[in-house]
Amino acid sequence: MTILRKAALAWLLLIFVLGLCADWVVSSGYAQQFREHANAPPSHRFPLGTDELGRDRLARLLHGTRVSLLLAPAAAMAATTIALVLGVSAGYFGGGFAAAILSCTDLVASVPWLFLLLAVRAFLPLDVGPAVSVGITFALLGLFGWASGVRLINACVARAKDSDYVLQCRAAGCSNHRLLFVHIASSLRPVLAAQFWLFIPHFLMAEANLGVLGLGVTEPLPSWGNLIAEIQNVPAVLNAPWRLAPALLLILMLGGFQIVFADKEIGR
Amino acid sequence: MMRIRDVAVAFALLGVFGQSIRAEGDGQLRLCLRHDPKTFDPLLVQEESSEAIRYLTGGVLVRMNRSTQKPEPELAASWKISPSGRRIDFQLRPGLRFSDGTPFSAEDVAFTFRRMMDPALRSPIGDLFRAGGPVQVKVEGPAKAVLLLPGPIAGVERLLDQVTIMSAHSAQKERAVLGPFVVAEYKSGSHVLLKANPNYWKRDSSGRKLPYLESVRFDLQSNRDLETLRFRRGELHMIHGLDAETFESLNSGSPQMAIDAGPSYDTEMLWFNQVARAPIPSFKKAWFRSSAFRKAISRALNREDIVRLVYRGHAQPAAGPYSSANRLWFNGRIKPDSHAPEEALRALRAEGFRLNREELFDVSGNRVELSLITNAGNKSRARIASLIQDDLVKLGIRVSIVPLDFPSLIERITRTFSYDACLLGLVNVDADPNGQMNVWLSSGVSHQWNPGQPAPETEWEAEIDRLMRSQAATLDFAARKRYFDRVQEIVAREVPFIYLVSRNSLVAVSPRLKGVAPSPMFPQLYWNAERLSLPNTGGR
Repeated sequence: MTILRKAALAWLLLIFVLGLCADWVVSSGYAQQFREHANAPPSHRFPLGTDELGRDRLARLLHGTRVSLLLAPAAAMAATTIALVLGVSAGYFGGGFAAAILSCTDLVASVPWLFLLLAVRAFLPLDVGPAVSVGITFALLGLFGWASGVRLINACVARAKDSDYVLQCRAAGCSNHRLLFVHIASSLRPVLAAQFWLFIPHFLMAEANLGVLGLGVTEPLPSWGNLIAEIQNVPAVLNAPWRLAPALLLILMLGGFQIVFADKEIGR
Repeated sequence: MMRIRDVAVAFALLGVFGQSIRAEGDGQLRLCLRHDPKTFDPLLVQEESSEAIRYLTGGVLVRMNRSTQKPEPELAASWKISPSGRRIDFQLRPGLRFSDGTPFSAEDVAFTFRRMMDPALRSPIGDLFRAGGPVQVKVEGPAKAVLLLPGPIAGVERLLDQVTIMSAHSAQKERAVLGPFVVAEYKSGSHVLLKANPNYWKRDSSGRKLPYLESVRFDLQSNRDLETLRFRRGELHMIHGLDAETFESLNSGSPQMAIDAGPSYDTEMLWFNQVARAPIPSFKKAWFRSSAFRKAISRALNREDIVRLVYRGHAQPAAGPYSSANRLWFNGRIKPDSHAPEEALRALRAEGFRLNREELFDVSGNRVELSLITNAGNKSRARIASLIQDDLVKLGIRVSIVPLDFPSLIERITRTFSYDACLLGLVNVDADPNGQMNVWLSSGVSHQWNPGQPAPETEWEAEIDRLMRSQAATLDFAARKRYFDRVQEIVAREVPFIYLVSRNSLVAVSPRLKGVAPSPMFPQLYWNAERLSLPNTGGR
């Protein structure tokens, strides 16, 4: 393991742990409004200052990290699983079945997901709590974000299907079930891992985009999306550069994921 | 050598080009519109961009002075309204010409009203005149027109301010205008260019022809941040409707450019769903239809914090539909509800609500929790919603904030009624209460808390119906003011709308531009465009 990869992993773990232990790291809640200290600069009491409503920015950043970092991998897992099932089915059975699956994949990939999310949000009950709404947001991202992985997995399975070891397994009387879930699946592990790691930053960015539009995680729950939305006001950020902390953290997190993934891809 | 020559040519071109930008900028007012105008026909205007073009190009019989909020003679040198209110005699200014040289006469007034009242045209301004029956214009000479109305229209002058007189004879149709500017160029998605009308009739006190400006260029720009950036770079001369953060940022850098013009006509408010057939639990309907509940909520909200934290002090706590900016109709006797959460809780307890472990329950044991919908993407409103959520948590009320895209929100509040409470802003384009008939009449489509009632469901709504009809049927301003004051008092007591704050009008104006007098009425910054000037504006 290279030093860079070790450092990236350590960094990701640190952020993950800080997010999980946010309640112990900071004393104020993410929703607590200290209205007499609105827009306060960094201080001993508020290390990253406060926002327009007097809420502790560090508390919100750590709780937002928890939200984003827990749910983005969950959404990535969902998307990877769906891509796995569909990609393996298409690749293994081929023919018209594969054509149908791949056509559906193209259809899903072409759907303007933002409008779809808007429509789903509009139909949801209004009295869902913020935690439920954020769960639904990431669930939707996972349910509709799998399309990019299907073709890759389909190609890998199609190639593996005609490989020598699979032919040998068939000749030895291996069942379809065992062939798929033991032999072919093991060859897909690197691909699936790569897909999973790619989906995480993709969904983090998607949630951030929704937050910028005011549609993602609802108040008072913080997420990287609604925290990053603040930096749209460039003059305000220039006057208070600590507002960039969520964006900086997101960049460093995405960089960390990319470093980890890159090292895995070249097999170190 | 080739490179040096190329660079020299480039600099020379830059110098020439830069010079022509500066020359073009002198005498040209530059500002932005959010979107393309939907029409250039002045009788079909329904949105802000088209209204801006109409205002600057159209000539009207009577103009509402945006500063004094009083009517002034324009194309009509004088007018007389009969005691019954059914006849208005206009004495027109003689010798005026449209921008293409066509003479202006009473025939043009008659033509305009005929066209406006044509049901096939479906003119929105015609609808406002049409309410009582047919409208006619008699021509009693080249400079005398008589408007015959089916019934008196209170505040008819403000309606006349919106009727642009069109030429009955010009081949250019709506392009022939009587206003200070004429449309010279329109490029969709890019800009609209207006040039000074060579035949404009007005002169200043020294006899100089108006407008002082040579042209007005509206760039089409929907992005507020880009608009602000261009203003900072000196590419634009004015912006209106700034948010508090941007205003503060401009004010800190260039205080002479940022102007807080005082209260605007705009108000932020929230209301509860009182529609009987709404698909919400009946116990929630019982809460929302209780004026004591609504009043308690109103007392629980901290308006001062909204003013301070969301608008940085550039707003005022609101008590009713009109702010003090509306000098004629504002009821100064009504005060905003003060922040009193203890009293609010006491009032709720008197209604049978009880607090148990920081959660509020109603008399039947239902936990008091509700959803608050608002439009997504509005930062100020999102902050207001967060403050409201925090204020109501102290009463044990759980509020879920649900930002929705605008079409979905409108669908819920106008058709499906599947919501608990809504936080929105009201933009008062019309200073006269007659412009809000649809809001206050219980049968009105904009009677937001319970629209389209076949008959008023409460006594106080029946009272408001009666008062609004009374004020619309009389021309006596004092009587109208009494009636509408009473409407405002009932609203303050029953709180169908919980008024939060009235935003201040925050604008930015280039110090090079002279004559700007910000007004709360549209168009806030260029209502006197014919008298605005830039340095080196050539005499006309």
